[in-house]
Amino acid sequence: MSTDTLIDYDEAVERYDPVLGIEVHVELGTATKMFDGAPNIFAAEPNTAITPVSLGLPGTLPVVNEKAVEYAIRIGLALNCSIAESCRFARKQYFYPDLTKNFQTSQYDEPIAFDGWVDVELEDGEVVRVEIERAHMEEDAGKNTHVGGATGRIQGATHSQVDYNRAGVPLVEIVTRPIEGTGARAPEVAAAYVRTLRDIFRTLDVSEARMERGNVRADVNVSLRPTADSPLGTRTETKNVNSFRSIDRTVHYEISRQAGILDEGGTIIQETRHFHEDTGSTSSGRVKSDAEDYRYFPEPDLVPVAPSREWVEEIRAGLPELPAARRRRLLGEWGFSELEMRDVINAGALDPIEQTVVAGASAQAARKWWMGELARTAREQEVELDALAVTPAQVAELQGLIDAKKINDKIARQVLGKVLAGEGDPAAIVEAEGLAVVSDDSVLTGAVDQAIADNPDVVEKIRGGKVQAIGALIGPIMKATRGQADAGRARELIMERLGVDG
Amino acid sequence: MSIDITASAAAQAAALRAGEITSAELTAAHLDRIDAVDGDLNAFLHVSRDEALATAADVDARRAAGEELHPLAGVPIAVKDVVVTEGMPTTAASTILEGWIPPYDATLVTKLRAAGLPILGKTNMDEFAMGSSTESSAFGPTRNPWDRDRIPGGSGGGSAAAVGAFEAPLAIGTDTGGSIRQPASVTGTVGVKPTYGSVSRYGLIAMASSLDQAGPVTRSVEDAALLHELIGGHDPRDSTSLTDPVAAYAAAAGRKDVKGLRIGVIEQLEGEAFAPEVTARFTESLSLLEQAGAEIVRVSCPNFAYALGAYYLIMPSEASSNLAKFDGMRFGLRVVPEESPTAEAVMKATRGAGFGAEVKRRILLGTYALSAGYYDAYYGSAQKVRTLVQQDFAAAFEQADVLASPTSPTVAFRLGEKVDDPLAMYANDIATIPANLAGLPGISLPSGLAEDGLPAGIQFLAPARGDERLYRVGGALEALLEDTWGGPLLAKAPELTGESR
Repeated sequence: MSTDTLIDYDEAVERYDPVLGIEVHVELGTATKMFDGAPNIFAAEPNTAITPVSLGLPGTLPVVNEKAVEYAIRIGLALNCSIAESCRFARKQYFYPDLTKNFQTSQYDEPIAFDGWVDVELEDGEVVRVEIERAHMEEDAGKNTHVGGATGRIQGATHSQVDYNRAGVPLVEIVTRPIEGTGARAPEVAAAYVRTLRDIFRTLDVSEARMERGNVRADVNVSLRPTADSPLGTRTETKNVNSFRSIDRTVHYEISRQAGILDEGGTIIQETRHFHEDTGSTSSGRVKSDAEDYRYFPEPDLVPVAPSREWVEEIRAGLPELPAARRRRLLGEWGFSELEMRDVINAGALDPIEQTVVAGASAQAARKWWMGELARTAREQEVELDALAVTPAQVAELQGLIDAKKINDKIARQVLGKVLAGEGDPAAIVEAEGLAVVSDDSVLTGAVDQAIADNPDVVEKIRGGKVQAIGALIGPIMKATRGQADAGRARELIMERLGVDG
Repeated sequence: MSIDITASAAAQAAALRAGEITSAELTAAHLDRIDAVDGDLNAFLHVSRDEALATAADVDARRAAGEELHPLAGVPIAVKDVVVTEGMPTTAASTILEGWIPPYDATLVTKLRAAGLPILGKTNMDEFAMGSSTESSAFGPTRNPWDRDRIPGGSGGGSAAAVGAFEAPLAIGTDTGGSIRQPASVTGTVGVKPTYGSVSRYGLIAMASSLDQAGPVTRSVEDAALLHELIGGHDPRDSTSLTDPVAAYAAAAGRKDVKGLRIGVIEQLEGEAFAPEVTARFTESLSLLEQAGAEIVRVSCPNFAYALGAYYLIMPSEASSNLAKFDGMRFGLRVVPEESPTAEAVMKATRGAGFGAEVKRRILLGTYALSAGYYDAYYGSAQKVRTLVQQDFAAAFEQADVLASPTSPTVAFRLGEKVDDPLAMYANDIATIPANLAGLPGISLPSGLAEDGLPAGIQFLAPARGDERLYRVGGALEALLEDTWGGPLLAKAPELTGESR
């Protein structure tokens, strides 16, 4: 369907200098909504998390949620922003059924936080500093569902339903200044920036920040210019891109597409675009050339938000250790190499490893599990590590069983499989299924005697001094004990029986 | 003892407390009066007979059981239809809300219910409180009890007419540019616009959020004070609500002493714009106050010349935004066009059919004034004028404790006289608008009969949070005037023999 002429990416970034601008919306995890006492909850029955205020019924008035302001300040401070001494809300006016008042209460020219920056670390360790223009507070809209059409889109639908549970959920929107000088790495930078913010939101405990739930959504602006010295080109804004991979692909696609247009001497249309997961392409949404008139004016139903300097400093003092600082600290504590640490971070294994260490495992052992067996499982299941059905505490417990020589590595992997299958905690599984290492001579002796009887030629070799041939007897013993034999003890018993020394 | 529906609310409350009458009797008497005269007046859009009588019976039972009740418990009240009432129709006199039953109460209604005031019903008004005559109501105009061919003022003509015609001893009004005070002036009643933030706006269907304020509509200054004490006070649901404790307004109304009080006459609110007899009653009122020991000074508020213009930019701007929610999606009227019934088409059709001409005029004005490229010239400039008006007031209040002017330039005009001339209609608010722009309190009380034997009003204004001063000067003047008249002005009103509902 797409008629875009795409230029090979490498050629595109050779001929043009890409500039990014990213707007990230994060839903705050407050107990109640931005201007309303209705609960702020995900996935409740439609239109149950509402009050007359959520519905914008005639006569209702907004009241600012103090917790949301605190969270916005936390975000602002974590992004090295200045915090406004006083700032107002404004009404952004447009008619749409998911907007209960037909205006969104937002901040316009008076954001709560402004002029900040954040360092973004790429996979190979390169650090890019992204300048933050502003972070402002606003409310989310409801959610439209179009019924009767083929694809759930409005085209062809017979009717639409609106769920206002999300209407009024507090949002903070973070707007970058133009991100320049990233060259061919623009897609990576865009994705890494949003990932960095996601990690910060989680660390600050201001949001669950789950991309797949739309807790964090990115609008990605891309423009091209001939050289870094040229004025900024016309940008497109791809809306609501909500996975890191999609952000990367969006930027990649837009660079190739825009280069194709520019190569043909065409002009880029300033517009909003939509990203399509299936094809990895973007398509035109609304044309923004005659910029929409939102008729902003200061919200007369609210008084200015004026956070006292004491309060701001109190919040600053209470900020948790931020992800970058934490990574530096853990690197020292765990003794990983820089490369190991980067792999861990890129795999999203930092949190699980840290929690596994807290639960009692050594850092290396924790890394072995999360970067090995569990990383493989996650790849197979196509999920993130933290979505696996195993807790760091269970991994530590499993490692504890190995360290105590209750099970061997092979059995441990079996046990882990059962944990992942939801069969319970490692120790309980080992107990219930009798998987503990068998070093009890009465059980082993039978298996040893049987192995000796069944393999006279091997026995001959051992007796003849080829002690390493014992290995050929261990196999049958393991088989007979379903892998649970303590291999060391079995070896001792064989040597005893055959009267040889090790 | 017989029921006297012409008595003040305070007197009715006293009779209830003394056990001379019951709230059931009193409420029934008012409902009977409504039945008898409202067919002609059309002051009520909805009468809640059963609910009012149930409240009355409940209050009577609680009183009989010795429960301590609010001083006004059992005294019925009428509520302007712009105030949201749970389970009771609320239309703001607009087709677009016809049939809407709100699921919640305005804060002031919660207070009325908690205090045990039977709610008689909802009163007529200009659609969305936009007007000065109650003629823009989608449900027909209210008529002036003094002359049925005249307007009762607006937007709160229904509340003023109901109180003036003894259909209710008390009523709630709202005042964005004069909608409590101007109807009071032309119906011979008392109306108070409290300091902005004194009475919660939660549950008032907003016209202009920064100007709207609810207040009492009564037949005496004391009644207004008692009602203000009941509905005032901080409300956490309204961010613009003041945190001040409610002052002793009734005590101020009862003081009846103006010795040493400096009353400033606003130069810009005198002269040819005001009808001769209206001016004469105003001047006589000031003389009475002066004789009683007040000091009359002259003050100048030069920027009032721009107040009307600024008001007609700020008010429509805010109204255009506040009225955006009426789109047929969630409540009220929904008009579905046959061809292509998209959400946008439904919104257009609903708004086209649901709003009246004056509402559309103001939405268009406001939308235009807020548009990119015009914002600074219109909305921005109007906000500057607002600041200048506030500065004028601040300077005037250095010379005077209260300011005074006629409330309205004329007595009640005839129905239909100004409907086709919006500018003439808007000019009615020339004296009342400055207080809204500055957030100040104002009171209107009768100053006597003027042109055509119809009532005129005098307005006093006080600094923000100085509502007590209004009750003091108002109570004193009312007593002085009633001495000269030999009783309340309303006693001179013609007998109503109108058709029943």
